[in-house]
Amino acid sequence: MTAADDQPLLVAEGLSKWYGRQLGCRAVSLDLYQGEVLAIVGESGSGKSTLLQLLSSQLEPSAGRVLYRMRDGVTRDLAQLGEAERRFLFRTDWGYVHQEPIRGLRMTVSAGANVGERLMAVGQRHYGNIRDTATDWLDRVEIDRSRIDDAPTTYSGGMRQRLQIARNLVTEPRLVFMDEPTGGLDVSVQARLLDLLRGLVADLGLAAIVVTHDLAVARLLSHRIMVMKDGETIESGLTDQVLDDPREPYTQLLVSSILPP
Amino acid sequence: MNAPVYNFAYLDEQTKRMIRRAILKAIAIPGYQVPFASREMPMPYGWGTGGVQVTAAIVGPDDILKVIDQGSDDTTNAVSIRKFFARTAGVRTTTSTGDATVIQTRHRIPETPLHAGQILVYQVPIPEPLRFLAPRETETRRMHALSEYGLMHVKLYEDIARHGHIATTYAYPVKVDSRYVMDPSPIPKFDNPKMNDSPALQLFGAGREKRIYAIPPHTSVVSLDFEDHPFERYRHEATCAICGAVDSFLDEVVTDDSGGRMFVCSDTDYCATQGPHEVKRV
Ligand SMILES: Nc1ncnc2c1ncn2[C@@H]1O[C@H](COP(=O)(O)OP(=O)(O)OP(=O)(O)O)[C@@H](O)[C@H]1O
Ligand SMILES: [Mg+2]
Repeated sequence: MTAADDQPLLVAEGLSKWYGRQLGCRAVSLDLYQGEVLAIVGESGSGKSTLLQLLSSQLEPSAGRVLYRMRDGVTRDLAQLGEAERRFLFRTDWGYVHQEPIRGLRMTVSAGANVGERLMAVGQRHYGNIRDTATDWLDRVEIDRSRIDDAPTTYSGGMRQRLQIARNLVTEPRLVFMDEPTGGLDVSVQARLLDLLRGLVADLGLAAIVVTHDLAVARLLSHRIMVMKDGETIESGLTDQVLDDPREPYTQLLVSSILPP
Repeated sequence: MNAPVYNFAYLDEQTKRMIRRAILKAIAIPGYQVPFASREMPMPYGWGTGGVQVTAAIVGPDDILKVIDQGSDDTTNAVSIRKFFARTAGVRTTTSTGDATVIQTRHRIPETPLHAGQILVYQVPIPEPLRFLAPRETETRRMHALSEYGLMHVKLYEDIARHGHIATTYAYPVKVDSRYVMDPSPIPKFDNPKMNDSPALQLFGAGREKRIYAIPPHTSVVSLDFEDHPFERYRHEATCAICGAVDSFLDEVVTDDSGGRMFVCSDTDYCATQGPHEVKRV
């Protein structure tokens, strides 16, 4: 472990977002370490997606800042990055998994090209190698390699989501943002996807921030959890501790109403 | 009552100056698409109004103009554009590539190598090479600005995945001066290498899309490809039935309704200068 590894990968300080007079989230701070999975939970409208977009610099905060330790070990304020740097970060060191796979995929090009796109974007120019890497990734997300030349329009919902994950992980990012990655899928499909995600995150030593309103997802995937209500963090800590022994009445309510005994 | 105004080469002086400014900017930033205020021309858009406006802005009384359409000097389109400039600018016209100082073209680069001092003006239907990959213009502009061209290779990847090779044969994308990815207009990829390091100035005009771009003389123009699927020129493996040329780009011509066909040079001027050859029917 080098000295830099003791430093958090990502730090949020006092993040607030107002949509005009409508509060998105307020004064949220957090640290995320390499290899750590953080779940952000809370009811609909509590500010989870807003926070995720602030953290991934897709939305400009009304107040506060986000610091990120780049691959060279230097921690930078994301607001200070140039657009080219930010976009480069986004397609190399980060992944972003949308709830709806069609937002994260190119629906009209083949699965192989979907997975290979980031490689080509960072300058890979050997078709055979790109295709081999894409094939490996289809294997890893349990998509039959014979489907490599099919467009995602011909895929089921679960397959699309797994393809989206492969497309994001192919450059071996260090941090992945996920907004309700299992939302909209059948329960049995969800379980398989969660299993897969858990394996990948562990194998790759990924850090991840997962937004979900499903506490079971948080329980399975995350090390730490943050509970949001009305745009603010009301409780956070180790996932098992918070879910087994919630301190806040609101968290108790969430846990008792959603988690099976 | 005003007398009808005469404007050399049809366009008024102010418009020509505006177009020249766009051309100068385009030359200064090779491969970059410069917007310009495209004018209505007395011909439909499909007839190359972008190229016509560029030609109108650069042609002078001493120029000798050649106009080709798919390599031919004799199509309706080529003839009417040539007549248009003979009438509105009084310039001399020619069909000889070597004699011309300005060559306006649709879909071909002449076979005879161009020389210093010549200007090749391309008629362009769709200037944006990323158009079919990223339909929003804000997005394509950002991709050009940041040199984010991975998507171009996604398209070539799809070609290979589907056909086993890069199947794009026309409007094959190039990178100009190691910076901008450019659509060379629908020339056959056979012509692509001629753009590289050409001693002539190459100007591209898109009328409907209101864009001008340029390749200054002696600029590097590289066709995009993969290391294991390198760019390859393509021509029919045949001999021109008229002149016997074995190095020119050939058109396939159907000669009767019972399947007879032959190959002839697409570049009619080149064909005419290759000397006689016994016509053979295949
Ligand atoms: N673009 C926007 N303009 C105005 N208000 C917004 C906008 N986006 C979100 N909000 C508001 O900000 C608050 C937080 O919304 P957000 O989408 O972050 O919640 P969420 O926790 O992700 O909810 P859900 O679980 O339903 O996805 C809500 O009151 C929402 O109405
Ligand atoms: Mg949300």
